[in-house]
Amino acid sequence: MTVESPAPAQALGSPIMRAEEVSKEFGGLVAVNQVSVDVPLGSIVSIIGPNGAGKTTFFNMLTGLYKSSSGRIVFSGRDITHDRPDVITKLGVARTFQNIRLFGAMTALENVIVGRHCRMRAGLFGSIVRAPWVRAEERAVQERAAETLSYVGLRPRQFAQLSRNLSYGDQRRVEIARALASDPRLLLLDEPTAGMNPQESAALTEFMRKMRNDLELTILLIEHDMKVVMGVSERITVLDHGEKIAEGAPADVRENQRVIEAYLGKQS
Amino acid sequence: MNELRAQLQEWRVAIERRLPPWWPRALAVLLIAFGLVLPQLFSPTNNFINTEILALTYVMFALGLNIVVGFAGLLDLGYVAFFALGSYAFGWLGSGWFYKAHVHVLVHGPTGTLPGIHLNFLLILICAGLFTAFAGAIIGVPTLRLRGDYIAIVTLAFGEIIRVFALQGPALKIFGMPLTGGELGISGTDPPYLPGVGMFSQLNIRPWYYTIFVLVLITLFVNVRVRDSRLGRAWIALREDEVAAVSMGIPLVRTKLLAYALGAAFGGIAGAFLGAYTTLIDAGEFQFGFSIFVLAMVILGGLGSIWGVVVGALLLANINYYLIPDVFNSLPGDLGLNFNLTDLQVSIFGFLLVIVMVLRPQGLIPERRRKLELTEGIGESELEEPGTSWAGVEPGEVVQ
Repeated sequence: MTVESPAPAQALGSPIMRAEEVSKEFGGLVAVNQVSVDVPLGSIVSIIGPNGAGKTTFFNMLTGLYKSSSGRIVFSGRDITHDRPDVITKLGVARTFQNIRLFGAMTALENVIVGRHCRMRAGLFGSIVRAPWVRAEERAVQERAAETLSYVGLRPRQFAQLSRNLSYGDQRRVEIARALASDPRLLLLDEPTAGMNPQESAALTEFMRKMRNDLELTILLIEHDMKVVMGVSERITVLDHGEKIAEGAPADVRENQRVIEAYLGKQS
Repeated sequence: MNELRAQLQEWRVAIERRLPPWWPRALAVLLIAFGLVLPQLFSPTNNFINTEILALTYVMFALGLNIVVGFAGLLDLGYVAFFALGSYAFGWLGSGWFYKAHVHVLVHGPTGTLPGIHLNFLLILICAGLFTAFAGAIIGVPTLRLRGDYIAIVTLAFGEIIRVFALQGPALKIFGMPLTGGELGISGTDPPYLPGVGMFSQLNIRPWYYTIFVLVLITLFVNVRVRDSRLGRAWIALREDEVAAVSMGIPLVRTKLLAYALGAAFGGIAGAFLGAYTTLIDAGEFQFGFSIFVLAMVILGGLGSIWGVVVGALLLANINYYLIPDVFNSLPGDLGLNFNLTDLQVSIFGFLLVIVMVLRPQGLIPERRRKLELTEGIGESELEEPGTSWAGVEPGEVVQ
């Protein structure tokens, strides 16, 4: 697979995504409270924390699904705090969902083609007339989608199956393929190993590294499986009750007293 | 019952396997040929052809609504609004209604000297399409943040607003002229004129038939092309999961408004044609029942299925305008009962719909995806050995 990166080259290690004191309130409830996270270019960064810590809410703000109540989000030098989700996707941020959200009535291949939407140009009139460039675009996208599905390990005979009828593991693959279809520079994975057995988790962990290397991606993931988190991440941010309680390399976070308390409870 | 169904399924598969791959095309050509020959088999004023003109108009309405409800999944209960606006577009631009104006564009014969606005028929159809597309986008705006049932309520209200405006039209003056004719209607519309065909009239309804036939073919062409395009996929994605769709880069507002606008445009053109054909644009016609009638065609045929919707519309329109009032109307009387079948029209419809929904909830000709859903084994791939490899990365292997 080839990667076209439209954005200007950035120095490795400088942040591709930066959240500055981002908060989200639902009514009186503060779900995320002034959280700042830097995601260095080319890295794999994890966000961990107990259930209800605000991890997914934080993700939803990064991708524009939620508008943050305060704070600033910068992607690749551009302030995206107030941008719509589709604009952010076009800038190069793609995501998957904690509870898989494929388009159930579409085939695996079609799901991936939809993921390519923002890189296609055909509009209403182009589609009706079906000009030569529209045909060419369709053909190229189909081929590319098939390539992407093979890349995540789906068997060709599954391409034309409805995504609803695929097994859980394969649905996860299709979801990652759909996210990759938009040529992202930053990939957000929301609990990608949920519901997987240890071997599958281990394979996916390796696959994350492979993706990062092959596609020059930066990966930000939410994860519960500590083996995955400690194995794959270069940096970890820990959230609890909407606040950032720790940040750093896996080894440091593992030893952090507040993190242990958040996960195991305070010793009296 | 189940055995019978399995047997039928088996035969169907066997038949489909034996058909050459080009059979859908051949079938389409045959059907078009049949449609072209049909009016020649009847007299120029035959009532059956009159019914088919209405039926084809309903096909166009139903195909338009199918874009909004079937493709994009936006339950629109106010589709009558576009019928009304299209009809009025014709009334305004093709009659002496605005008698103070003197506008004539590409019109033929005596029409060219009459007061009022008189545009060429084809020009009016285009204007009606653009006008209703615009109206469709406007009605779409307040529904953007809504989902499901709430969209239905807002669109229903919009349909009613247009109806009330139409009824109150005589009291609404622009430049001292009433906006609509209310229940008296706008009459004295221009008969369409096409070069090579001449002036349309009620004495020979074949030109009307061929006009709507061509309009339906154009509608079908656009529907098929758009369904299999980037835009069509975006609509289906939005229908399936709005949050996932916008996260994949589909612009919500644009995509939804395009569905409303395109669906409305077909409704408006069909409405303009119907206004021309009936020569009277009467506010009493724009009832909520129309929206339901067209929606019933879409659901009966198969939500989102272009060919299903065509069949549903032809079927319901023929039952409504031909079979019940003309063919079987006196049946109860012949059996010694003291009522006409038309008295039961609505209940017959209800009954038919219930039967179809019980026996074939996916519609007469289901959309390809829905068919897949019903015929494909569930979780077929689960039966195979679980794949633990991700793209050739085996467990235990380490990628640097």
